[in-house]
Amino acid sequence: MAARILAVFLLLFLSAAPLGSSLYEDQVGLMDWHQKYIGKVKHAVFHTQRSGRKRVVVSTEENVIASLDLRHGDIFWRRVLGANDVVDAIDVALGKFVITLSSDGSTIRAWNLPDGLMVWETFIRGSKSSKSLLLSGTNSKVDKDNTILAFGEGCLVAVSSADGEVLWKKDFADASFEVQQIIQSPGRDVVYVLGFVGSSSFDAYQINGKNGEVMHHDTASFAGGFSGNTLLVSDDVLVALDAAMSHLITISFQGGGLSINEKPISNLVGDFAGPVEILALKLGRMFALKANKLITFISISNDGKLDVLEKINSAAAISDALSVSDGRHAVGLVQQVDNKVEFTVKLGNDWNTNLLKETINMDHQRGFVRKVFINNYIRTDRSHGFRALVVMEDHSLLLVQQGEIVWGREDGLASILDVTTSELPVEKDGVSVSKVEQNLFEWLKGHILKLKGTLMLASPEDMVVIQGMRLKSSEKSKMTRDHNGFRKLLIVLTRGGKLFALHTGDGRIIWSRLLESLRKSEACEHPTGLRIYTWQVPHHHAMDENPSVLVVGRCQQNLDAPGILSFVDAYTGSEIKSVGPVHSVLQVIPLPFTDSTEQRLHLLIDAKQRVHLYPRSREALSIFQQERSNIYWYSVEADKSIIRGYAIKRTCVHEDAGDYCFEPRDLWSVVFPGKSEKIVSTVTQKLNEVVHTQAKVMAEQELMYKYISKNLLFVATASPKASHEIGSAIPDESFLVVYLIDTITGRILQRMTHQGCQAPVHAVFSENWVVYHYFNLRAHRYEMSVIEIYDQSRADNKDVLKLVVGKHNLTSPTSSYSRPEVVAKSQSYFFTHSVKAITVTLTAKGITSKQLLIGTISDQVLALDKRYLDPRRSLNPSQAEKEEGVIPLTDSLPIIPQSYVTHALKVEGLRGIVTVPAKLESTTLVFSYGVDIFFTRLAPSRTYDSLTEDFSYALLLITIVALIAAIFVTWVWSERKELQEKWR
Amino acid sequence: MMELERWGPSKFLPTSRLLIVLAFVSCLSCVFVAGRSADGYTINGRVKIPTGAGAKGFGLLGKISDVKVILNGGQKVTFLRPDGYFSFYNVPAGTHLIEVAAIGYFFSPVRVDVSARNPGKVQAALTENRRGLIELVLEPLREEQYYEIREPFSIMSVVKSPMGLMMGFMLIVVFLMPKLVENMDPEEMRRAQEEMRSQGVPSLSSLLPSAARN
Repeated sequence: MAARILAVFLLLFLSAAPLGSSLYEDQVGLMDWHQKYIGKVKHAVFHTQRSGRKRVVVSTEENVIASLDLRHGDIFWRRVLGANDVVDAIDVALGKFVITLSSDGSTIRAWNLPDGLMVWETFIRGSKSSKSLLLSGTNSKVDKDNTILAFGEGCLVAVSSADGEVLWKKDFADASFEVQQIIQSPGRDVVYVLGFVGSSSFDAYQINGKNGEVMHHDTASFAGGFSGNTLLVSDDVLVALDAAMSHLITISFQGGGLSINEKPISNLVGDFAGPVEILALKLGRMFALKANKLITFISISNDGKLDVLEKINSAAAISDALSVSDGRHAVGLVQQVDNKVEFTVKLGNDWNTNLLKETINMDHQRGFVRKVFINNYIRTDRSHGFRALVVMEDHSLLLVQQGEIVWGREDGLASILDVTTSELPVEKDGVSVSKVEQNLFEWLKGHILKLKGTLMLASPEDMVVIQGMRLKSSEKSKMTRDHNGFRKLLIVLTRGGKLFALHTGDGRIIWSRLLESLRKSEACEHPTGLRIYTWQVPHHHAMDENPSVLVVGRCQQNLDAPGILSFVDAYTGSEIKSVGPVHSVLQVIPLPFTDSTEQRLHLLIDAKQRVHLYPRSREALSIFQQERSNIYWYSVEADKSIIRGYAIKRTCVHEDAGDYCFEPRDLWSVVFPGKSEKIVSTVTQKLNEVVHTQAKVMAEQELMYKYISKNLLFVATASPKASHEIGSAIPDESFLVVYLIDTITGRILQRMTHQGCQAPVHAVFSENWVVYHYFNLRAHRYEMSVIEIYDQSRADNKDVLKLVVGKHNLTSPTSSYSRPEVVAKSQSYFFTHSVKAITVTLTAKGITSKQLLIGTISDQVLALDKRYLDPRRSLNPSQAEKEEGVIPLTDSLPIIPQSYVTHALKVEGLRGIVTVPAKLESTTLVFSYGVDIFFTRLAPSRTYDSLTEDFSYALLLITIVALIAAIFVTWVWSERKELQEKWR
Repeated sequence: MMELERWGPSKFLPTSRLLIVLAFVSCLSCVFVAGRSADGYTINGRVKIPTGAGAKGFGLLGKISDVKVILNGGQKVTFLRPDGYFSFYNVPAGTHLIEVAAIGYFFSPVRVDVSARNPGKVQAALTENRRGLIELVLEPLREEQYYEIREPFSIMSVVKSPMGLMMGFMLIVVFLMPKLVENMDPEEMRRAQEEMRSQGVPSLSSLLPSAARN
């Protein structure tokens, strides 16, 4: 109790200190770490010229273009394009530009290869959507006038690679003409544009490469119809499939006309069932056919004859053909054999000889090989060597050379879906004395150095040593639980279906596991992970039990697809159990009850709003049955603008696991007028939030009781025009309405309209307040509003006498059914930036004042004190209010650069911010993720309950020593003086 | 349609900052034109980051290649060309918002009105201070310093620290108290000492309830 009073006192004392926490430049990396990723690689182009640094340019599914060091896998530079700006193709032109085609072929950009500066940008405006293709003529000589051919939106464009100028443009506006390929003949400046008209006709255009004029146009029809992709086998032969997928069609289009041949696929691969796919090799008169779970390599001779070269198992990835020397082409093949990976390079013309065959040991946690890109180099003995860039199932990127993995990047971490934390194990053995003695000297030396640092006496070399010592302090990266609760495991679920456990101290990967249940299987075609929950936290006396997490996934993208559940050990990463495919999962509700083994009860709501109880044990069921009448939930149907509330009716009738399945009972529904209001955002409180005080003391000794209910839902609706992006609406026809709804009764506690405002709405709900961010069209600025709700029915409990006598209703239970009188206070402010994510700091006991963490459009995280968003702010606060810390009202919220928690770093592609309380009340842990990940530790009211990192113990020691010495000196003096007194 | 400044390939080499500066100086013509294409307009503008003038310059703060220009809160994202120009293509008529994301600088978002009635007429204003722009040249309002600046070592900071205060108090006790005692009258002093002797030295046990004495 005393400690709490002290803490409150300290808090009050510190609230006078400047708002927000800030950092000195030499403290970077002490409490935070930052990791850069790029995402799953889609395309790769090697740039390995003799001179200069060897690099590989990649584009990824996160819309990142990056140049990687081929020796170490480090990022030279990286550009993150917009979310809608999907990269379709990349290439290197003139040996110094990276050319990208993006946004469905409408944007061509050139980036400087050494530093990633955008050199030029050209926009193609076409008439229809189409395939996008890029041809930059990398094979041709550099000194030639280099043009880039790009096809997108139904237009063929020739662009000068030096400055991006459009040389000519040919629009294939005919809606039915579907372009499949463009080819540039190497010698003559002729461009072939090949495609289908309708389903049964094939068209070939010959276009003058100098001016874009059509030189020749051929049409041939084919009765069977075409389907799927076409691919080019050589300069004059195309291969396609017919509509029934039973025949292979070869089209040769040079030599003055088109000729079409067909051949049944069964002749080539034998009897088959299921889909057939043609895999491109791009060069070398051959292609691969994927059917019957086999990949068949087929070559085409000059007279159009098809020959089967080899059949391999389909768990393999094939690279594009690479031109080696004098017209020979090499193809890279990566196959999975048990725990090993076989990398083979074969020559196109001479299939039976392997240019290279290597076996590489591969961690089976990386899954199958998904993509491979090969590159050749000349060895010192003038033979060809090959390196391969391999993309694995877990999105990691590996460089394989000479039978070894040279480097690997865990790029799965660029696409984090959800995060949870787990405590580390308790330290079992005490610290041995010998260890301390051994380290005593080091310890003293370190502190003397630190003392030098604080007294500014240290030389630059000393500073480096001090910095290194601080960063390396083994204390923060230990694998055991610490007293302050700073060391935890962050367990993240990625889109690749892999779980990673990261140490909060330094961000290293403790374990990673590709979840078997989230991999493609017969029962589950396109599994995706959804969320991750803490499943079991054993009591800390149960030393031999490990905590576990629950991973919830879904088999398909659609909501009613069957769900997958997987239970994973948080210390080892092993999958304890997996269930599925089971019923669909729309919503997961962790209940505040645990069974005797500390497993938390979870309710999974399926698409029919039926409730499934987990864990499926008798004990869990009996706990649930006791609480069953208190269980309520709601569903948001955004497309119909309805929010419904449910309770449990009875056990399911038509379900196998009948005992654990319950049918819903409709309780209430809130129907928004669908024509004028669309739901744009819903937010609830965090389940694990702790509220410390129920009351708030106002100035003038007034008391306000917070209306604290975990069952409040914040809903923002917008007029249909205002729910789109900014720029499309005008102020008069857009408005935003926000509601606070009690999810037990469906009662609307508060409703507010913002005229002339529009979506997107980002909101955060905590304690008794909600803060939301939206766009004000009239002022054309972003705004943030705060609503605080207070309970009026308790407002008359101010009288101390009544409290003493006991005539108050503070101990009476709060119920949603009691229809409390609430009063809401609100205020709005301008905010400069667009927002990507918003959250609030959480601390262990909820005493520390709160900060909002705002992920801005520039991918930074800004900490904004909640006191700036206080409805009681006024232009001239009274003296009492000032003492209490009410800030005078300003029209916009301040952006203090020192309060960016990401300081000078960016969390590229920021998507989410997670806060976790530490054990130390003053401190909260912040993890933000996007393409990059960033972790730091925040103390919203400064660390009032512990010494800071830069506290100098040495100075303290020296002071104590000096004091003791002084005591002795003065003692001797006084003795002497006393003696003199006595002799007198 | 689009009015873009074209530069020779040599000028695109970003290695020479001088050339970029030259480009800044020589291009004073207004590039703030909305060209019209099929059903959208093009917004051209320029981001001007003061070079050299700032204490840190490009080196430590963000580089020009790291600057992003964002339309309508992420609807479109583009980058700067070496000369600082940027373009948004195919933008429908309406009122839009352009933001510049550059580490180390604070840019005000810009409100841009693309008019459908008068093609090519575009108005722009900074939303932070409602200042109208004649041409779409975006300059940072201020530099952002993300770190606290460490105060240089001063004797006062040591004195003010808890340890310093402790030392100071001790010194006062050691050197000033004897002075105070010296100035006392020796008679009075003796009396006080005798008084003390008669009472005995006050100890902790004497202050406590006298259970032990009985």
